[in-house]
Amino acid sequence: MTTLALDIGWGTTTAIKTLIVLMIIPAGALILGYTFLLKMMSHMQSRLGPMDPGGFHGWFQLVGDGIKFLQKEDIMPAEADRRVFAMAPAVVVISTFLIFLVIPAGPRLVVRDLDVGVFYALAVSSLSVVGVLMAGWASANKFALLGALRAAAQLIAYELPLLLAVVGVVIQAGTMNLQGIISAQQNGSIFGFGGLGNPYILTQFVGFFLFLIAAQAELTQTPFDMPVAESELVAGYMVEYTGFRFLFFFIGEFGTAFAFAALAATLYLGGWSIPGVHGGIADWLGPIVLMVKLMAVAFLMFWARFTYPRLREDQLQAIAWKYLIPIGLLNIVVTAIIKVAV
Amino acid sequence: MRVVSNEMTSTETPGFEIDPGALRHLADAQMNVELDTGDMILNLGPQHPATHGTLRLVVRLDGERVVAADPVIGYMHRGYEKLSEFRTYPQITTLINRIDWLSSFANEVPFVHAAETLMGIEAPPRAEWIRTILTELSRIATIYLFLGEMGLQVGALTPAFWGFRDREHVLNLIEGATGGRFHPNFNRIGGLKDDLPWGWIADCRDAMKRILDGCDDFEDVLVGNEIFEARTRGIGIIPGELGALYGVSGANLRASGVDWDLRRDGKPYLAYPELDFKVWTHSDGDSFARYWVRLQETRESARMVLQLLDGLPSGPIMAKVPRIIKVPEGEAWVETENPLGQMGYYVVSKGATGPFRVKIRSASFSNVSILPWLLQGVYVPDVITILGSLYFILGDIDR
Amino acid sequence: MALKKKLPGVISGLGVTFRTMMEGAVTVQYPHEKEDPPPRARGVIALKEENCTACMLCGRSCPDWCIYIEGHKELAPPRREGGKPRSVNILDRFDIDYGLCMYCGICVEVCPFDALFWSPEYEYSEPRISDLLHDKTKLGEWMDSVPEPEPLELGAEPPKAKKS
Repeated sequence: MTTLALDIGWGTTTAIKTLIVLMIIPAGALILGYTFLLKMMSHMQSRLGPMDPGGFHGWFQLVGDGIKFLQKEDIMPAEADRRVFAMAPAVVVISTFLIFLVIPAGPRLVVRDLDVGVFYALAVSSLSVVGVLMAGWASANKFALLGALRAAAQLIAYELPLLLAVVGVVIQAGTMNLQGIISAQQNGSIFGFGGLGNPYILTQFVGFFLFLIAAQAELTQTPFDMPVAESELVAGYMVEYTGFRFLFFFIGEFGTAFAFAALAATLYLGGWSIPGVHGGIADWLGPIVLMVKLMAVAFLMFWARFTYPRLREDQLQAIAWKYLIPIGLLNIVVTAIIKVAV
Repeated sequence: MRVVSNEMTSTETPGFEIDPGALRHLADAQMNVELDTGDMILNLGPQHPATHGTLRLVVRLDGERVVAADPVIGYMHRGYEKLSEFRTYPQITTLINRIDWLSSFANEVPFVHAAETLMGIEAPPRAEWIRTILTELSRIATIYLFLGEMGLQVGALTPAFWGFRDREHVLNLIEGATGGRFHPNFNRIGGLKDDLPWGWIADCRDAMKRILDGCDDFEDVLVGNEIFEARTRGIGIIPGELGALYGVSGANLRASGVDWDLRRDGKPYLAYPELDFKVWTHSDGDSFARYWVRLQETRESARMVLQLLDGLPSGPIMAKVPRIIKVPEGEAWVETENPLGQMGYYVVSKGATGPFRVKIRSASFSNVSILPWLLQGVYVPDVITILGSLYFILGDIDR
Repeated sequence: MALKKKLPGVISGLGVTFRTMMEGAVTVQYPHEKEDPPPRARGVIALKEENCTACMLCGRSCPDWCIYIEGHKELAPPRREGGKPRSVNILDRFDIDYGLCMYCGICVEVCPFDALFWSPEYEYSEPRISDLLHDKTKLGEWMDSVPEPEPLELGAEPPKAKKS
């Protein structure tokens, strides 16, 4: 945190940072949801999307949807396990929140700059699997359970390519600390030319590709949205959820998309940094730069989401285990060899 | 009529009583016994996003595989054959538009032909050519929508909207000529109600060009897409002879390699004998083949419309018919190649202003009859793909 | 144009969606913008009362029986001096229930006196379904929106003059 004139204790600082992050998650979810889900998808489908709510191109639509969800009746199925049913959306949102603790938005704008930043981020993102399983089980609904089991299998399978892609970056940067990875990209050079820094997307393009695919599967987005597009049958593990509990799931989904896009921007595009810009101005420019890079990555993710049909469960598992993991391992080997040799 | 498969009879659909408190124990019992999954009966109920209407599919699942499937139809039965007993021929023409509501003009044609056969009248050439143009336009309207919404069934959200977007041009054309987008009610015994308005032919050419471009888009986004191919290749293979035995018709049968098209092979009707067109077939018989055949058929229809516009003869639009039409006694059977398959009308007349009995042979009714055989042993997501690729319309099944 | 198979389908699919996004939307923002239906569009039926002789042909030929006609006969003065008074039909009630009407157009076609016309007006929805019963006066008002008969395409026979 920037040093202020007052001396506020650690507790207050953490509380303020936590509050800021708690506000960023829905804001980020809203921005991503509006830009990509409402507007980009609509234009790809040759239509306009919401135009009336809020007057200017319907920017209020998602906020209005949020308010609508909040004022709905809270229905719980009679057979449901009440406590687990109530806790499941909270688990999903908490795991999203925990990822944001390590993502830096500026040289000093990070809640906690952990030394094992990347490892921690991926570890807590897996907590959402527990939330999904809790939701499916506690709903006392056969279809919800089927959806949850499919989701669990898919999410666990795609953790590995995600990890393997990131290991390549870690090897190249030499550290798991996110600020360290960013400064390695900012201060690096490509064949001696330091103007662009060394964004790892150039050397780790295989890893970037793997990361995007694995992130798409982690977010259960098309082409990997079989757990949710049980809307072929019913609505997957979220079927019994209404009102604000469903809102939590929705925020969790788009918040996690925001988090993964931020993570990808940090690991591969250099995060908040612009090569050559150091010092005080980076505190103000950092968040804006991160936002721009994040939206670029999110654009790719959502572009794929709206174009492709969905894969069947067995096909998606085959892709993860038979193709992505070997490619990830190969990527690590090649990176390690080049890092040691060069 | 419900097709009853060997294993599941109508009494096996869930009619048993379960005490609600026992439900939880039942669910627990299922999950606690390891590796012992009993069969689960799943109701793809009448209200469902994937069944194109009010089709109910009762499937018995073993884990993810379908053991038996039983389509339950009749939720949309509107009694057309009974209604026809008490209506005159022009009134029936307005009703039967609504059997297959996407290709509504094509429903009227065989009926009016049957009536004209009984009366011994032939419509003038210009009327027959315009009928052909409008039939092909309805074919394009229907199948173009299929191209988009098949993507929706397998998960691609975007092509469905393109299907609706370009179809608007065709519907505007039909509205410009007949006055109704969906229910043209344009055929009369002896010809057509009106001639085409000024400027229609030029608009039609533009629309056809747009359709052809749209088909190219679908080819890029869906047909060439590896994910789409993985979802549809090898799924729901209908062997040609078996399909013919079940009465499957139209593009479904042509995708199984059977080279049969009533426009070319049946009794000559409308302007088809004078047209030069290709009948597309595919040898695989799976869902991909059905999609591919329909894509090519759309393009072929667009080209046929352009041919028809070039060669449109001039002349009267209506033959000489008496003011009050009384169709002489007799029976007539006319079948045509409708967009969904083979449609036929068997009209029995006893000399009155309305028919004595009309029997409607609709394409989707027979297409759906193959479902119990076809759905055995497939995964649940594949059920959706197969339902989408057979492309039935509920109004056509239930009439 | 369809791309040749140089690119794998997953890539060319992305190209199509991107291009569609750039091309702009086709949405017509009703009610701020409206599209004009073609002149032949079957929006609403208009009644020209002076032509109607209450012959009941339209009411009988309607498949839904949604036309309600009542009329009575009156004696009108003879055409020439010394002739018989002739009876004419006077139209009392002519209602069309648009809640039942299926817009088939049979009534417009069978009318021998050209008293019914199609109009492309479509914005007459009502909050109460009973207000969808349009009476003689309202049907007469729709006559203002009836378009002129339009010219036909090349090769068509010129329309025969109908008796009015």
